[in-house]
Amino acid sequence: MNITQLLFWFLSVMALFSALMVITSKNPVYSVLWLIMVFFAISGHYFLLNAQFLAIVNIIVYAGAIMVLFLYVFMLIDVRKSSEPQKYRWIRLAGAVAGGCLLLVLVAALRNIDIKNQLAEVKTGNIGLIKNLGIELFTNYVVPFEISSILFLSAMVGAVMIGKKE
Amino acid sequence: MPVNYYIFLSIALFCIGIAGVLTRRNAIIIFMCIEIMLNAVNLMLVAFSKMHHLKNAAVDATAGSDGQIFVFFIMVVAAAEVSVGLAIIVMMYRNIHSVDVNFLNRLKH
Repeated sequence: MNITQLLFWFLSVMALFSALMVITSKNPVYSVLWLIMVFFAISGHYFLLNAQFLAIVNIIVYAGAIMVLFLYVFMLIDVRKSSEPQKYRWIRLAGAVAGGCLLLVLVAALRNIDIKNQLAEVKTGNIGLIKNLGIELFTNYVVPFEISSILFLSAMVGAVMIGKKE
Repeated sequence: MPVNYYIFLSIALFCIGIAGVLTRRNAIIIFMCIEIMLNAVNLMLVAFSKMHHLKNAAVDATAGSDGQIFVFFIMVVAAAEVSVGLAIIVMMYRNIHSVDVNFLNRLKH
């Protein structure tokens, strides 16, 4: 087992364990902190796949911006008062069983697909570097890029409109 | 690295997200589970783009970069979605003084 495989398994176990801790933590602030661990593990996977631009953007946007936004919302609302009562035990069990069934069905369906022997290129290849993605983004995908800026503007105006007290 | 490892990792993360959405009643945690699901899909897209690149690099030197551009746009839309969604959650807390989604049942009555 070489260092790449070791890193792959380490990052996978870290991502899965942190994701499980996100949905099982009682305190929502701990959930946010575990979610940051999930994002760092997924960024590590991107680094391993040599998608460096996406890895950095993932850390900056998700672990930086979005998680700070979540923590700010926890500051605005009362976390302890909003802790969940214990009367939904059957709903919880049903949800866990439904998620497990989905996992079972997807794994069973994709166990014998014909791309099983294909390899994902690890550590090499330069399509994930910022030069290539920048050229691609500003030539072939420049219209969606501009439309996404309009989307951001409308999201900003919408968030201010929804969030303000009337 | 075989691509089916990435497929199964993404499936597991996605199902953890689904289970979280179905089991938790706190609106913010439901939001975080949606983020986990989006990240699972992003990871799968990047793995497939690298697979496609390995297969078609001789024909086209930039084969597979479409997938990574797609992931970039998913991140953009997710950031916009989170900003609006958290504003809605704050407004919901202001109105019903709770973030429990079970109290959002006014359409039922």
